[in-house]
Amino acid sequence: MVVSNNEINKTVAIVGTDAIAEAMRQIDPDVVAAYPITPQTAIVETFAQMVADGQVNTNYVPVESEHSAMSAAIGAAAAGARVMTATSSQGLALMWELLYIASGLRLPIVMPNVNRALSAPINIHCDHSDSMGARDTGWIQLFSENAQEAYDNTIQAMRIAEHSDVLLPVMILLDGFIISHAIDRMELLDDATVRKFVGTYKPEDSLLNASQPVTYGAFDGLYGYYFEFKRQQEEAMRNSIKVIREVGQEYGAISGRPYDLFESVGLDDAEFVIIALGSAAGTVRSEVECLRESGMPIGMIKLRVFRPFPAQELVAALAGKKAVAVLDRSDTFAANMGGPVFIELRSALYEVEKKPLLVNYVYGLGGRDLSVELVNKAANELAGIAQSGQVKQRVNYLGLRE
Amino acid sequence: MGISLKEMTKKPEILTGGHRLCVGCGAPIAVRQVLMGAPDGVQLVVANPTGCLEVSTSIYPYTSWNCSYIHCAFENAASTLSGVEAAYQSLKRQGKIKDDYRFVVFGGDGGTYDIGFQALSGALERGHRMVYVCYNNEAYMNTGIQRSGATGLGTWTTTSPHGEKSFGKNQNRKDLTAIAAAHNIPYVAQASISHWRDLVKKAQKAFAVDGPAFINVLAPCHRGWRYPMEQTVEVAKLAVQTCSWPLYEVENGKWNITVKVRDKKPVEEYLKIQGRFAHLFKEEKHGDVLRLIQENVDREWEKLRSLSGEQE
Repeated sequence: MVVSNNEINKTVAIVGTDAIAEAMRQIDPDVVAAYPITPQTAIVETFAQMVADGQVNTNYVPVESEHSAMSAAIGAAAAGARVMTATSSQGLALMWELLYIASGLRLPIVMPNVNRALSAPINIHCDHSDSMGARDTGWIQLFSENAQEAYDNTIQAMRIAEHSDVLLPVMILLDGFIISHAIDRMELLDDATVRKFVGTYKPEDSLLNASQPVTYGAFDGLYGYYFEFKRQQEEAMRNSIKVIREVGQEYGAISGRPYDLFESVGLDDAEFVIIALGSAAGTVRSEVECLRESGMPIGMIKLRVFRPFPAQELVAALAGKKAVAVLDRSDTFAANMGGPVFIELRSALYEVEKKPLLVNYVYGLGGRDLSVELVNKAANELAGIAQSGQVKQRVNYLGLRE
Repeated sequence: MGISLKEMTKKPEILTGGHRLCVGCGAPIAVRQVLMGAPDGVQLVVANPTGCLEVSTSIYPYTSWNCSYIHCAFENAASTLSGVEAAYQSLKRQGKIKDDYRFVVFGGDGGTYDIGFQALSGALERGHRMVYVCYNNEAYMNTGIQRSGATGLGTWTTTSPHGEKSFGKNQNRKDLTAIAAAHNIPYVAQASISHWRDLVKKAQKAFAVDGPAFINVLAPCHRGWRYPMEQTVEVAKLAVQTCSWPLYEVENGKWNITVKVRDKKPVEEYLKIQGRFAHLFKEEKHGDVLRLIQENVDREWEKLRSLSGEQE
């Protein structure tokens, strides 16, 4: 539904899956290989219709599993095509070994993942256990707060992935149902602007370059360059921080929506800070702004980029803060070590001499709602920690029936 | 279709010498014969699942392949090459590439019958234009001779050993060639490295069809089958002569036995020259198994004759 138009941005009210499908249509990848899974399904349904209607040049490969979706994406990317796929939850888990191969072969595949809890028990609702399980697979991970960000991240991902200093696959994360199936007001760029922004993909090597046949996936068994390959991958991930920021700025110039590694509220004067990612950031922001109005010295950071982990930048942003609460929508089962965001942040702060006290709240597993009241509870506990200088319980479960 | 020896000598070698496969290995014979059937003037992309052929021909920073090549993982050669073919169709349609390409998988029986079965079935069903060749040595040889879905009844492998309570593999192999044919794809064939003229002709037909083709090639492994390494071709020939591995094709749904066997030899002649069946001959209690193997061969051969319209 079109609400209003201007030259570049068109305001619409659409669900998150349609926002992703629109981004895919505008990017017009050469190949999409995908398999349906709740709650990603509507993305591939909508895109299949776009293919059927001749709106894209894409060759759509309706594979028989997510394992084959990523395998075909790898084959197509090695063949020099611009490639996308999309998945969720068990589908991402089934791709697991191939996620490493996509990044190890340095193939710039872009994949929206609609966050959904991993079985068991089987659950179709949102949490981040799927993508957090893939956090060390060598993929860049961009989290989205709403349909607008999911759309914007998808378009930027193509540029980040294909940048010659990076050449890594990118995962765009959007919360299942909360973002994927809720109608949101957002702005779409016009086709020409997106096409100009993503540009034409010119791969350095391709299986289909007859003048220079290549080998993808050579066996490293005897001479041992594996270590050096992996170190180069880490180097590419380090390079990506600069590229993500540059692309985010450039995207801001065309859309009016600049992007960075994370965004913040009230960091200048806040004494303590809540960190969140995904759709929860909206709830947290709303409550943090309320509490600030009532005089509480609280701030927030919404983490957009989880891989690479912007450790240096976060440490700088948190300098001088008394306490930080980290919200995690997944657990690590590491016996009281907390969720993945908490563990990373705690590690990042290790060398800092005067570091804030840290507390972790695991919330929202299997789609459990994060209410304003729960954020308020965490904020008040955080205020208590900042005041007393003591963390009574490091890892807490917010909204758990106990 | 067909090719003379003279013509074959002029074909470029796509798989070059210097690879690290064992002396007497059946796999490179299968590869070279199949690639003799590739049309002139086209480019090739070869895919391997993980296996002997892959680890022996793509050792970084070298390659034995005079063409583009991709290895992704063990169970997904068919879906990986699906992606390559899909990219080709897309880029060709958009005018971004000009050359003509053909796509071929060479996978072992483990990567084809077992772990790669789903990806293979999906690729055949979707109709990608690719030739899938199984170089079938009837077990997981790369990891040291473990049973697969292609391993026959009574066979010794390291995971189907014979012993006090076992006569070797306790199950029949699955009939993957017939399963591939059940996908109703344009061309399916069963072949052997011992019958090169037959195999090259089948490869020519497979490359010619505008859709998926599947060729199951018997490619003995002397390490796993336990026979002297110089006898690979003779062993494969006996598999055909005993009708243990009949040679046929299914062309647009029509079954046709391509190498007629007039005087079928007893299957024991094929089994007794291989150490993997030695236990069946040493102990009297295994006599029933030998009878059962012969019965299986006879039944399957009659079934094939019936499908091919050769039964009176």
